[in-house]
Amino acid sequence: MAGHSDSHVHPVSLYTRTLWWLMALLVLTVVAGYIPNVPNWLGVVIALTIAVWKATIVIMNFMHVRFSGKLAWLFAGAGFFWLIIMLAFAFADYVSRPWEPFHGWPE
Amino acid sequence: MSVKELEKTATLEHATDGHHHGDGILGEQFETMEQQNTSYLIGMWAFIVQEVLFFGAIFAAYAIYRFKYVMEFTLAHHELSVPIGTLNTFVLLFSSYTMARAVRAAMQNRHKRQAFYLFLTFIFAGVFMVNKYFEYSAKFEHHLFPGGDYDAHSVVHHAQEKGELRVVEENGREFYELGKTRDGQFTAFTKVTPEEFEQRTRLFFGFYFVMTGLHGLHVLIGMIIIGVLIGRAWIDHLKNKPIADFMPVEMTGLYWHLVDIVWIFLFPLLYLIGR
Amino acid sequence: MATATYTGTEKPNYLNWKTSVASWLLTYDHKRIAILYLVSISVFFLMGGLAAALIRMELATPRGDLLTSDIYNKMFTTHGVIMIFLFLIPSIPAVFGNFLLPLMIGARDVAFPRLNLLSWYFFMAGALMVLIALFRGGIDTGWTFYTPYSSSFAKGEVSLAIVGVFLAGFASIFTGINFLVTIHKMRAPGMTWFRLPLFVWAMYATSLIQVLGTPVVAITLLLVAVERTFRIGIFDPNLGGDPILYQHLFWFYSHPAVYIMILPAMGVISEVISAFSKRRVFGYHFVAFSSLAIAIIGFLVWGHHMFSTGQSMYAGIVFSFLTWIVAIPSAIKTFNWMATIWKGRVHWDTPMLYALGFMGLFVIGGLTGLHLAAMATNVHLTDTYFIVAHFHYVMVGGAIMGYLAALHFWWPKMTGRMYPEGWGKLAAMLVFVGFNLTFFPQFILGYMGMPRRYHSYPEEWAVLNVLSTAGSSVLGLGYLLPVIYLTWSLKYGKVVTERNPWGARGLEWELVDPVPDPHNFERTPIVTRPAYDYGHPEEPTGFVPKPRPVVVGGKDG
Repeated sequence: MAGHSDSHVHPVSLYTRTLWWLMALLVLTVVAGYIPNVPNWLGVVIALTIAVWKATIVIMNFMHVRFSGKLAWLFAGAGFFWLIIMLAFAFADYVSRPWEPFHGWPE
Repeated sequence: MSVKELEKTATLEHATDGHHHGDGILGEQFETMEQQNTSYLIGMWAFIVQEVLFFGAIFAAYAIYRFKYVMEFTLAHHELSVPIGTLNTFVLLFSSYTMARAVRAAMQNRHKRQAFYLFLTFIFAGVFMVNKYFEYSAKFEHHLFPGGDYDAHSVVHHAQEKGELRVVEENGREFYELGKTRDGQFTAFTKVTPEEFEQRTRLFFGFYFVMTGLHGLHVLIGMIIIGVLIGRAWIDHLKNKPIADFMPVEMTGLYWHLVDIVWIFLFPLLYLIGR
Repeated sequence: MATATYTGTEKPNYLNWKTSVASWLLTYDHKRIAILYLVSISVFFLMGGLAAALIRMELATPRGDLLTSDIYNKMFTTHGVIMIFLFLIPSIPAVFGNFLLPLMIGARDVAFPRLNLLSWYFFMAGALMVLIALFRGGIDTGWTFYTPYSSSFAKGEVSLAIVGVFLAGFASIFTGINFLVTIHKMRAPGMTWFRLPLFVWAMYATSLIQVLGTPVVAITLLLVAVERTFRIGIFDPNLGGDPILYQHLFWFYSHPAVYIMILPAMGVISEVISAFSKRRVFGYHFVAFSSLAIAIIGFLVWGHHMFSTGQSMYAGIVFSFLTWIVAIPSAIKTFNWMATIWKGRVHWDTPMLYALGFMGLFVIGGLTGLHLAAMATNVHLTDTYFIVAHFHYVMVGGAIMGYLAALHFWWPKMTGRMYPEGWGKLAAMLVFVGFNLTFFPQFILGYMGMPRRYHSYPEEWAVLNVLSTAGSSVLGLGYLLPVIYLTWSLKYGKVVTERNPWGARGLEWELVDPVPDPHNFERTPIVTRPAYDYGHPEEPTGFVPKPRPVVVGGKDG
């Protein structure tokens, strides 16, 4: 189960490696933010991709989910999954609000 | 069971409760240490799930307004200082690392080392908060706190300098055209009234203060807990305890990494995008 | 802490082994915390009921003569806020979930007893703030706190009430976290997932909603308070915000919140129906998984509250479709209960009457939900008394009937006394008749177009409104009776001497004592049989007692 493997001590290198990755990604995301003439949406996609990447390695390595049982995976996943549900359905409304069912539909 | 016996078990119960973060005493409701430790871990994860949705809802609101008011929010973004944000991200990421090391030391029962890493974490968190303090005061100075004396003046000013905002007049009324200047040529994307511009940038700073404020509150709470843990680890060290319960540190670690993750998303969404 | 200790000759139980006030207010015992919750929410129920009585009295005549429109607005807000946040949300989970969950799964307590007590204090602190807000002039936003009215216009202590709801919300989250971990980690040996009573499954699904949904409404209400304080246009269109966003975030929790109310009631009904039909619940797996399905699909339907408030029509279509889907697991449950009763040896005791009442009312409440889920009829029926009737059928006819069924069913286990059966049956009948008389006319009124939340109405709706008010007095009597005879029974009720007066199955009935001892089980049970094992009339015990492991302290004791 979840905590079972937590009594194992992981090598320091796991944490240092994770830290280097995080630092590299931090530099990457700042640099990417300053590339001129990137369309706004692409900037958001790049920034969020890097953020998700960073968050994932923190969850996996620092929070030990990678070494944990199914239950920890389930809980860690559930929060983000429900967040995606909320975002997806709310955005579905905002994106589709201006759609016209047919041409000339009254505002 | 007689009253006497009940009293006895009850005393045991109280003794257990007094040391709940003690040396891994088994709670009365549990059968084994393993059951107790996994229960605590799963409970902490359930709490983290709750936190993810707590922050998630406000991220969703922010995302929707940024989607609606891209230009205004982009111009307001520029008021935030990327160097300070980057420094704070660096500091928090590093504190997550030292926290992970503290948990590792706790598992090995190396109390002094644990206290050292917790202390580093505490210091990094302090640096983060001091930075935040300077950042907030700068916003207050420029009237960017969305309270009574909010004023979008500095946003307008900076945007004009960068050629991303142009003041135009139509039928005697003032409008702001928001857009980009490329090769000396200004292209307008949207046109808003000064009031709308003021409202929407104010909305951005509202989100900025609520989101970073809630996050900062979490950092503060974390610092208090870490402070207590430092004291405990140090006492364990002085007492030369062979074994101590690592669960409090492990759970605080999970909490601290969550605080870090929230910032990992706050940083690009508030400071970076739309540069 | 000096505690008065039990000195009687009977075997001490969790109620009387310590009697000081401190032994109650500082207890970590899940059973005592359940009683704390029971007492507090009963008080809130009576307060909310009083507001409802005033509302119905006002509506007895077409003219607004008893209450001014302003007071009327405050009354229905009081009624809604108290009944939903201070009664229905904690009702079955915090009272019966707390009391029964550890007993049902063979544990000595919930996983986090201290968190459990903290939850009660959060709840009481929140309730206190709400009550202060209500007594300092009241609030008139409706229980939904819809923006921009609540954020920019409403006078009164809206922010205080919001902070109160925020705290009560965290009480609910703590309960949810506690139950999730308890069900995962505290089950006795042999108590596999598919041997769990269905009430436990229902509580699991409920806890999921509490943990996943409540934080969203907490932060949303916090944003309303921020908007009121700093005039940031998060939800006010005059300030650049979007009121529909508030509705999205609010209903992301508040629709699933309906399932926080109804799912535990469904769990209770499964227990009661099988106990009084002396049969295993038909289609156990289906009923168990339908609870989870309701909890999960329930998160995908919130937009059906916004068909007519400016949400995109396309989003509306999706939400409408998903809302129809959620009817499927609800129907699965209803059909399985009917199949359980079918050919069972039905005993017509009070809990069973409530359970049968639940089934009838829930079916009506559920099916009228489908009228509202269809976008076209929704436009006609929205914000009319049809809606009011619909959600009262689900939340009162469903959740409160389930609550009363539970209260009567487990009353002997909780108190060691039997309630008077005759009065119980009478009250159950009064509640059923009174409820239908109160709310069925409101379906017709709503269909005819009577809008909700007004204190006066045209003459032609007078007859149905009078009928509804008359019904509400019958209903009120039906609710008052249990308050009286249950209190009476604490002192004068027949003492229960057998541990299993109903001949029901489940570990809570197989404890050695009629009333549980403070530590529940002297020995951790080993479960060897499935739930609802009614095939063996002679031997009720489903477990082999196992010697309790010696509790070993830490290194230094």
